[in-house]
Amino acid sequence: MAAAGPAPGAARGPAVPGDRPLTLPLLLPAWAVIGVFLVVPVGLMVVYSFLTQGFRGGVIWEFSLAAYDRFFLDRGLFGDEPPRLEWTYIAVFWRSLWQAGLATLTCLIVGFPTAWFIATRPARSRTAWAFLITVPYWVNLLIRTVSLRFLIRDQGPVNQALIALGLTDAPIQMLNTDFAVQLGLFYSYLPFMVLPIYAAVERYDFALSEAAADLGASRWVALREVVIPSVRPGIVAGCLLVFIPSLGAFLAPDLLGGAKTYMIGSLIEDQFKGSLGNWPFGAAVSVILLSMVLVALLFYARNQAREGRA
Amino acid sequence: MSGGVRHYPGFAAIAALCLAILYLPLGVVAVYSFNASTSITAWGGFSWRWYIDVFQGPEAPRFRAAAWNSVTIAFLAASVATAIAVAAAVAMVRSGRFRGKSATFALISLPLMVPEIVTAVATLIFFSTIGLTPGYLTILIAHITFCIPFAYLPVAARLSGIDPAFEAAARDLYASRGQAFRLILLPLLAPGIVSGWLLAFIISLDDFIITNFVKGAGMETLPTAIFGSVKQGIKPNIMAISTMLLAVSILFVTLSWLAGRTGRRAAAPS
Amino acid sequence: MAEAAVVVRDAVKLYGGVVALDGVSLSIRDNEFFTLLGPSGCGKTTLLRLIAGFERLTSGAIALHGQDIADLPPDRRPVNTVFQHYALFPHMTVLDNVAFGLKMRGVGLAERRRRAGEMLEMVHLSGFAGRFPAQLSGGQQQRVALARALAPGPRVLLLDEPLSALDLKLRQAMRVELKTLQEETGITFIFVTHDQEEALTMSDRIAVMSAGRLQQVGAPREIYEEPVNRFVADFIGETNLVPVEVGAVAGGLAPVALPGGAVLQLAAAPGSEGRHHVSIRPERLRLAPSGAGQLSARVERIIYKGTDLQLVARMAGGGELHVRIQNTARADLPPPGAEVGLVLGEGAARLLAD
Ligand SMILES: Nc1ncnc2c1ncn2[C@@H]1O[C@H](COP(=O)(O)OP(=O)(O)OP(=O)(O)O)[C@@H](O)[C@H]1O
Ligand SMILES: [Mg+2]
Repeated sequence: MAAAGPAPGAARGPAVPGDRPLTLPLLLPAWAVIGVFLVVPVGLMVVYSFLTQGFRGGVIWEFSLAAYDRFFLDRGLFGDEPPRLEWTYIAVFWRSLWQAGLATLTCLIVGFPTAWFIATRPARSRTAWAFLITVPYWVNLLIRTVSLRFLIRDQGPVNQALIALGLTDAPIQMLNTDFAVQLGLFYSYLPFMVLPIYAAVERYDFALSEAAADLGASRWVALREVVIPSVRPGIVAGCLLVFIPSLGAFLAPDLLGGAKTYMIGSLIEDQFKGSLGNWPFGAAVSVILLSMVLVALLFYARNQAREGRA
Repeated sequence: MSGGVRHYPGFAAIAALCLAILYLPLGVVAVYSFNASTSITAWGGFSWRWYIDVFQGPEAPRFRAAAWNSVTIAFLAASVATAIAVAAAVAMVRSGRFRGKSATFALISLPLMVPEIVTAVATLIFFSTIGLTPGYLTILIAHITFCIPFAYLPVAARLSGIDPAFEAAARDLYASRGQAFRLILLPLLAPGIVSGWLLAFIISLDDFIITNFVKGAGMETLPTAIFGSVKQGIKPNIMAISTMLLAVSILFVTLSWLAGRTGRRAAAPS
Repeated sequence: MAEAAVVVRDAVKLYGGVVALDGVSLSIRDNEFFTLLGPSGCGKTTLLRLIAGFERLTSGAIALHGQDIADLPPDRRPVNTVFQHYALFPHMTVLDNVAFGLKMRGVGLAERRRRAGEMLEMVHLSGFAGRFPAQLSGGQQQRVALARALAPGPRVLLLDEPLSALDLKLRQAMRVELKTLQEETGITFIFVTHDQEEALTMSDRIAVMSAGRLQQVGAPREIYEEPVNRFVADFIGETNLVPVEVGAVAGGLAPVALPGGAVLQLAAAPGSEGRHHVSIRPERLRLAPSGAGQLSARVERIIYKGTDLQLVARMAGGGELHVRIQNTARADLPPPGAEVGLVLGEGAARLLAD
């Protein structure tokens, strides 16, 4: 007589005869918690973005496009005159994209050589280096940002040092500038750039570089023509890991930047603070931010699939 | 020279610079937390006064309450998230291929992919809709949710390095399913579980953005308390708290790293 | 004859679309050293895992001493396994490893200590009880795995390539030890290997497998001397496969025409007329002057192999023949290019079903 095969649709695995398959019950808690407390909330957030603003925070359950209208349009779709784009919020997004992009680039320029250097250490010191790079990531982001604020304020140690060295007479204003935000983002997310590149370089076959050198390529040509294409998945992953959180960053712009460096994170946060907030608008901005991140992730997934095929 | 192609001039300097940038601000704050002077600008000699201030000063009750909330939430969130993560990892790694496997992996990693501020907004909206008053419970639920992937990754990584033949051997030697899990898999998986729990604990302890959204009035964790104080300017007692938090984080990450390392040596199939 | 220890009937195992076992039927006797032999990927491990209970049959049946066990989990089958890489629990001492099965069966502490100690003595590892597996050599780990699997007193012991991780000398020593152990304990051994020499020297019977199917089951001598088909003849030892023309079968015999015209009378199944192959072992061919013998060929080269030499010759039709020559008479070997005749000894050629 035949042993019963796995029920159709049931999770199948190498469960031994006589064992009930446990895949489903084991996965259920994870599905339930993330489903109920993250997927449902994100869905609800999308719904909220189409509701009417409540008087003191919150919403009125009436369909409305007001949030998106406020974000994109200066003059409405339904007026007599043709609709016109509203630039205020698009500018905030643009500035955030630009800041995040620049931070990603800086992290890459510093992170790649660092990752390369670590990956070419002897095995023993390599793990120690990788560990040293990771530790700051686990230190509270708030504390790191506050430390930076302490360091670069007008009377802070950096300015004191500059004055003591005679490099400047008066303190250089660094706090509340784009530079400070850049520094904050760079400092916050640098380990995210280093680690995936490090992992990729560690798997890189250095014989390829030797072959390139043997065929007459200089180091830098070999870097461009052989190394970078080989470790590209690591670079792409690193860029994404820096870019995505930078785009929605709140602490660095809030604590290091000023009014001029307003970014998406602060724009969203403002909509939910106190009675002046606008929940549907805040939800709409979050939806737009999330969509941009999903696009970046899709791009990454496609890239991965292509690398996998190659 | 064989190391020739590995060497690029300047890379070592950049790596050193990188470490300096990462540690300099933390180091400076740690040093200034021992400053005897009330001014945060001038150095007034070494002193423990700000640490004493944290525990006995005027703000001490507030910090104590916040620390209690932070630590208990981190403990509970890490424990629940790790339990969920271990169950999920066993199913994912030991069930072969099944329908919905990659979707499940995407779901488990979702908290890592959604920007924190978006998670914060969505969670706030959710709790407000179902009418759950913001407070300890809402923070705890939110923390459990985003801790799951942090606990999951080390556990799953460890589990996929454990030869399934160990469990098969236990079953072969008359162990029931439960006994094979308890006596064989769990001890072998322990370093991964410890590592995952510690990381989840730190992540929960450190969270500011999501907590800030769902905490409600009057409820503070250490990061939100620090943020509130910093808005008025950085005071030396904040530097003392920060330094302590820093020490806790570094201690936990080091432990987690060591757990992962010692475990890996023992787990390789003999 | 002893009763059957394990009976497998029409066992089919699919992994997704992959057919790992394609209808295997097999009866393994009690107290037998039974070997599953076949090339990599032929389904040996799969069959063993089905008997142990680590996999579920897609269809078919497995019985152990007359009891249907297809639906029982491994912990309810009186069968133990020695794993290919031993799978010794790394967090337990050698003694705890060996006592594990007894503990799971509810044997008390003192008694299982005693029995585990006995087992360790049997495999000559008494001094190693307190060590951890990582502190043992490969050969020692192998013995611990053996002791652990034997400790609960199984009626059938399954061994999946247990010697493959050992070096040659140790492997040869362990072959003898395993065989002795099997004879002393009287436990049925089902042994998996892809090493034909191992199979031939240790087994009471061998099952040759290929692509999920059984090709032949028989004693080592039978398998080697009387292969039933090209696969078995080719896989076990070295052989020359020579194309032949089979005439009308009568009384179990048929005239078989070799290339070059010589005709032999060989055992043949009814209905096997037509083009077939005979298998001729290299050591059963003897060199003769050109024109003598049943086959003729031209010498191509001579390969030095230590104890013997291998002469490679090509028949007129193009087929290659290998002839084994004892390394004693080098002086009178024909030079490459020479025409030679080849004499087939009595029973040297065996007609194969394809
Ligand atoms: N878990 C599995 N999933 C999918 N296919 C499998 C699985 N296990 C085995 N197979 C396939 O089934 C076939 C038989 O595999 P099996 O392990 O039984 O071979 P084997 O004879 O033991 O080979 P080897 O000598 O290499 O150990 C192979 O084609 C293999 O690829
Ligand atoms: Mg096998």
